[in-house]
Amino acid sequence: MTATTTPSSVHPQPSFVPETDRELTYLGAFNEAMFQLMREDEDIFVAGEDVGLQGGVFGSFKGLSDEFGERRVVDTPIAEQAIVGLGIGAAVAGLRPVVDLMFFDFVMVAMDQIANQAAKLKYMFGGKATLPLTITTNGGAGLSAAAQHSQSLEAMLCHVPGLKVVMPSSPADLKGLLVACVRENNPTILVKNKRMFGTTGLVPEELYEIPLGVGNVVREGNDVTIVAYGRMVEESEKAAQRLADEHGLSCEIIDPRTVQPLDTDLIVASAKKTNRVVVVHEAVRFGGLGAEIAAQVQEEAFDYLDAPVARVAAPFSPIPFSPGLEGHYVPNAKRISAGILETLGRPVPGA
Amino acid sequence: MEPSVEIIKDLHRRMLRIRLFEEAAGKLFEGNKMPGFLHLYVGQEAVAAGVCVAMRDDDQVSSTHRGHGHLVAKGGDLSKMMAELMGKADGYCNGKGGSMHICDLDLNMLGANGIVGGGTPIAVGAGFANKYRGNDTVSVAFFGDGSTNIGAFHEAINMAAALKLPVLFICENNEYGEYTRRDKVMAINDVVDRAAGYGIPGVIVDGMDAMAVYEASLEGLDRARRGEGPTFIECKTYRYYNHHGVQTLGMKYRTDEEVEEWKKKDCIDALEKRVTDAGLISAEELAAVRAEVEAEVAEAVEFGENSPYPDASTLLTDVYTEMV
Ligand SMILES: Cc1ncc(C[n+]2csc(CCOP(=O)(O)OP(=O)(O)O)c2C)c(N)n1
Ligand SMILES: [Mg+2]
Repeated sequence: MTATTTPSSVHPQPSFVPETDRELTYLGAFNEAMFQLMREDEDIFVAGEDVGLQGGVFGSFKGLSDEFGERRVVDTPIAEQAIVGLGIGAAVAGLRPVVDLMFFDFVMVAMDQIANQAAKLKYMFGGKATLPLTITTNGGAGLSAAAQHSQSLEAMLCHVPGLKVVMPSSPADLKGLLVACVRENNPTILVKNKRMFGTTGLVPEELYEIPLGVGNVVREGNDVTIVAYGRMVEESEKAAQRLADEHGLSCEIIDPRTVQPLDTDLIVASAKKTNRVVVVHEAVRFGGLGAEIAAQVQEEAFDYLDAPVARVAAPFSPIPFSPGLEGHYVPNAKRISAGILETLGRPVPGA
Repeated sequence: MEPSVEIIKDLHRRMLRIRLFEEAAGKLFEGNKMPGFLHLYVGQEAVAAGVCVAMRDDDQVSSTHRGHGHLVAKGGDLSKMMAELMGKADGYCNGKGGSMHICDLDLNMLGANGIVGGGTPIAVGAGFANKYRGNDTVSVAFFGDGSTNIGAFHEAINMAAALKLPVLFICENNEYGEYTRRDKVMAINDVVDRAAGYGIPGVIVDGMDAMAVYEASLEGLDRARRGEGPTFIECKTYRYYNHHGVQTLGMKYRTDEEVEEWKKKDCIDALEKRVTDAGLISAEELAAVRAEVEAEVAEAVEFGENSPYPDASTLLTDVYTEMV
């Protein structure tokens, strides 16, 4: 059933990203933003394992210690709880820390400091604490890094009031969102995707900010809305292109960019326009963001929906090591296409 | 107690099995036949061999991200190990775990671990079970210098000391945690200084000397078996390769000279020289052992290469134990 008042388009979105023709990698965009932020604000410092001399195990912080020295780029012991705690204490004391946890999985090691301390101090203290703390980390599967180095755990963080969770899907977004996180006066967690480090895109040289909580219309379309974030945006774009070429379908892709706070307005507006929604994420399906997004869409756009909100996500198991298994685990363009065709009631080739 | 010739031969063979296994794994990794992360144990063989020769088969081991050596020393099957590292169906974990999660519970090797500090509390739990049952089995926690900086480590060792559990703590101090030198992240020179803070005995041994490690371990194990609680042994050692992968030289965080200095103290060379000089074991016999191990490793590589990737139908198995 399609409601009679179908909005013709989602509300226009400012891009927040200035014009440019300069290309940069995802990792390069992060690195550049760190340099620019640290030059701008003496209160910003970085702490984490191997961030100094080594510049981070993936090179995120490369060169920072040469310019800013050991005072502002701190190699810490292997101590995730204390690394986050250092950030919390320093933030409360007036600094603007960026603390790094090498892998998203290690966020679990620091969970007390993140969920019981950072997230709640302000509220518990009757609003009296301010925590301009940024936690950066690296998530995502597909590198045979196995069950303890590949997870996507954003749903766990989004469930804790007081945290903001950011999952950038492009080099330009990564830069603008990192800037927003660092300037934000609340605890934020920014999750890069490990498989996107070398991905290139147009990234303005100047410092710019993409506000947290504002999603992006990555591709406009009319037949179905794909909600995806992080690396799944790239896979969804491939799927959308394939469906356009092979089935004449027009997919709209909405990237919320931050999963907490979530740009529900943008998702709902798109749902009202296309009447069908497929949510895509790398995290396991059960209890994932897809469940929250589906619930919000049905609460606010029930009468507009022509099909149940579908989810394309990882199955309910830890992440396998073998490429032979991991290839079947991580959602990809093919599985996204199949999910969309099913939602549209079309036959799925090869199914 | 001076190790017997039989013990020395055992130490030698176990070290060699680790060394040659690791070097073969490194080659496969370089040739892109081994996916994921590879943390090689080469350089530290005297530790795993020394401790495991001193152990009984029923004693348990918890390990680290650098865990191949511990499993080999515990008697691991090189073929199943190689297949696992290659992500194959016939591997120890059916391809689900890989290098960082390799284990053999039948050999009481309770698993490598991807989380620094993750394994030590598990060894304490095994020690608790041993004491609970009233047997004289001991569990051994292998861990790096870097891991002694994490909360889980402190919590676990303090608990073992407080409950007087039969656990042997083996610190493999190779002077680095990834790319950061130890003295940057701890204010003490010897990790063993920490033992006093937990109220347990601590000793330092030359981690390049398998016999010294063996003797110290035997004492620590016996003490635990007698119900006198944990011992902390710090083994001074070195990893030849980079933290991960197969590069040895040209690193920003350590000098090439330092690597070369440590290689002069190589545990296998040193043991071979000592026993041949003393006329305990002939050079021919040592060479024959090497040839045997080489053949075993070659067989393991072939086994790994010929093993299939796991079937997609196994993706969702083993998430839970099914009720029977
Ligand atoms: C909780 C956690 N933090 C960080 C890491 C990343 N990491 C893997 S190995 C390692 C260094 C460990 O150093 P050490 O304990 O000395 O062992 P070594 O590598 O020297 O054998 C680090 C930081 C991890 N795996 N788990
Ligand atoms: Mg170390």
